[in-house]
Amino acid sequence: MAISRRKFVKIVAGTGGALVASGTPLAPLAQAQLSTELPPQATGILYDATLCVGCKACMSKCKAENNVPGGALYKKGRSTPPYEKGNLEANNGIWDAPRELSGDTLNIVKLYKNGNAQVKDRAVNGYAFFKQQCLHCISPACVSVCPAGAFRKDPENGAVYYLAERCIGCRYCQLACPFGVPRYEWNSAWPEVRKCQLCRHRQEKGKMAACAEACPTGATIFGKVVELREEAKRRLALRPGEEYRYPIQVVGSKDWTVRGAAHYVAQVYGLKEAGGTQNIMLSGISFELLGFKNNIPNYDLPRLTWAYISKVLWVFFWVFSAGTATYQITHRKKDKEGQS
Amino acid sequence: MIDMTRYAGQTAGTLLNRLLDDSVSRHLGIKLDTPLTRVMISLIALAAVVAGYRLVFGIGAASNLNDQWPWGLWIGFDVLGGVAMAAGAFMIAGAVYILNWQKYKCIARASILNAFFGYLLAAISITLDVGRSLVIWHPLVMWQINSIMFIVALHLVLYLSTLATESSPMVLEKLGWQRALDGVHRIMVGAVMFGVALSLLHQSSLGANYLIVPGKLSPLWYNKHLPYQFLASALMMGFSMVSFETILTGKVFKHSVPFDVIKGLARGIMIVGSFYLVFKLFELVQGPGLMAPFDGSLEGGMWLLEMTVGVVLPLLLLALPSVRRNRNKLFAVDILVIFGVLFNRLNVCIFGVARYNTAFGGDYFPSAMEWILTLGMIAFAVLGFKLCAKYLNLFPEPH
Repeated sequence: MAISRRKFVKIVAGTGGALVASGTPLAPLAQAQLSTELPPQATGILYDATLCVGCKACMSKCKAENNVPGGALYKKGRSTPPYEKGNLEANNGIWDAPRELSGDTLNIVKLYKNGNAQVKDRAVNGYAFFKQQCLHCISPACVSVCPAGAFRKDPENGAVYYLAERCIGCRYCQLACPFGVPRYEWNSAWPEVRKCQLCRHRQEKGKMAACAEACPTGATIFGKVVELREEAKRRLALRPGEEYRYPIQVVGSKDWTVRGAAHYVAQVYGLKEAGGTQNIMLSGISFELLGFKNNIPNYDLPRLTWAYISKVLWVFFWVFSAGTATYQITHRKKDKEGQS
Repeated sequence: MIDMTRYAGQTAGTLLNRLLDDSVSRHLGIKLDTPLTRVMISLIALAAVVAGYRLVFGIGAASNLNDQWPWGLWIGFDVLGGVAMAAGAFMIAGAVYILNWQKYKCIARASILNAFFGYLLAAISITLDVGRSLVIWHPLVMWQINSIMFIVALHLVLYLSTLATESSPMVLEKLGWQRALDGVHRIMVGAVMFGVALSLLHQSSLGANYLIVPGKLSPLWYNKHLPYQFLASALMMGFSMVSFETILTGKVFKHSVPFDVIKGLARGIMIVGSFYLVFKLFELVQGPGLMAPFDGSLEGGMWLLEMTVGVVLPLLLLALPSVRRNRNKLFAVDILVIFGVLFNRLNVCIFGVARYNTAFGGDYFPSAMEWILTLGMIAFAVLGFKLCAKYLNLFPEPH
């Protein structure tokens, strides 16, 4: 193949130049990195396990309210919410009995039980309720890992939502979520990923999250994340037994119940976990007993993969530079031979 | 030979005749109708049925994957393993076209084709593994540059095209399309460089996929240098795979490559393998501690298995001059390394996350259909390689 060295260098330089030029649309890369700041109008949920009586009204309301267009469980042509039989023989299908979060269940209340289970919110010989759902990370791993941008974070209220029409179904979000939240429609030939979307469709109409609206005890309250955090801190400062006005449905509500504070574990779950979440939790027993992992890093996870991605264009640059230089050196002799 | 002009018309028939002319490989003595070929064809047919079943009834019906185990055998073996097995191509191509090490030219075509099938295997498997296979092209147009998976998808497509370009001269010279051939030759060096960059990135980005799961992947495997460990082990695998395939084709086809080439590949395994061993031990000491694999757990055992089979044993064997001088013994070393690196990929994908996943009540063992599809994929790659060996000038004689 007769192709002169000079011509070759031209071709490579041209290709490299085109590459760098095509890289210019990637210039706003720096901005592409996910924010680690709480959105200005961020809303969320404070779940206080010591107030929860396990009535599951939140679960029922969640299913009904999300089975409408725009809701996180909506499926075209389905009228009744997707009830789960929960492997119970007597269940005729109208009694919703999910055992875990699933493609049909975005929000679940579970029971912790130990020994004779006599006292609420006690680790030994006690019991406690707890609620699992998406915690709406400030820097969500699912948003950062999705190859097609099917997960998004609302720039205003910070709700992490899902666009099925983009999803390819690779389940990287399931792997990446440190809390194990996203669920898959395994039995569908055209599956979607399901998780709580903080009732984004209701928030657009000025409504609160359905679970908070349904909660009769104030265990689940909705509001601005900043205010929820302050509310949580106030509760942690209470002495056990001290009377406190617990707001119902929303933080700062005019409706409240008065009751003595439980003995809280000195931790607001979701302040630091994975760089902070918009849903936060309080509990009377340690969160690890409730199945919430304690080895979740206290920083935003997307930075781990960003450290790698930010080097990608440099690899092309160095390979083409070093490759061209090497090619010149290794093919010099041959050219001279060809000329002589 | 059948004259295709009788069935396909003059123009198409002539092209088919040229393609199906196996005189280029007559000296290799490749027989197509063998029991092994029949087994492979049945496996491919079975896998095709499974693929159809999976597309119609969904992943839940075809596999044992679940919400706790989103990724299983198809990702761990077909994708992570298949891509690692293809790492030899960019090194050989780089050595021949950029470093100008002409002695490896005789194995360049075969190792590039080998990689092409490795990547094809990965591409088909991931298409079936994603739930919405028909829109698997979404990442290519819906860029999401925070995502390693997006980088992986883009690279997979680009590198598959690059490998096809690098392999195309074999087909073009058979068809006698001189102008296209000249065109490909003109861009060859650029394509090789592009392939080197893509491979470096692709091999490492498969490891980078796991950077986001510090809480899930066992510290035996998780560390912030995981992408570079994936790259190093892929290089080791690449040398072994090329060496394995060179010795194997030398055995089954009547064709022989100078021992010098195989010795060079063995040297590659030694250099990269030694580096990889030190790297792995360094990260072990930095992370969970040197004694962590010896705690009697399943993870510890799998780590020891992977390192013993794939790194320590091959290096010890290669330290013996009698092994380095013997084709058959080097063949055994290659097999050890290949298995070792495959174990590594399965460990990261399956055994390394098992403790976390089962803590949430998930259980996973690949279903029969997952196994069948994987076996069918391997058969497809082997048979495809064999067909190419028969009909294309895959092993140009060293000058």
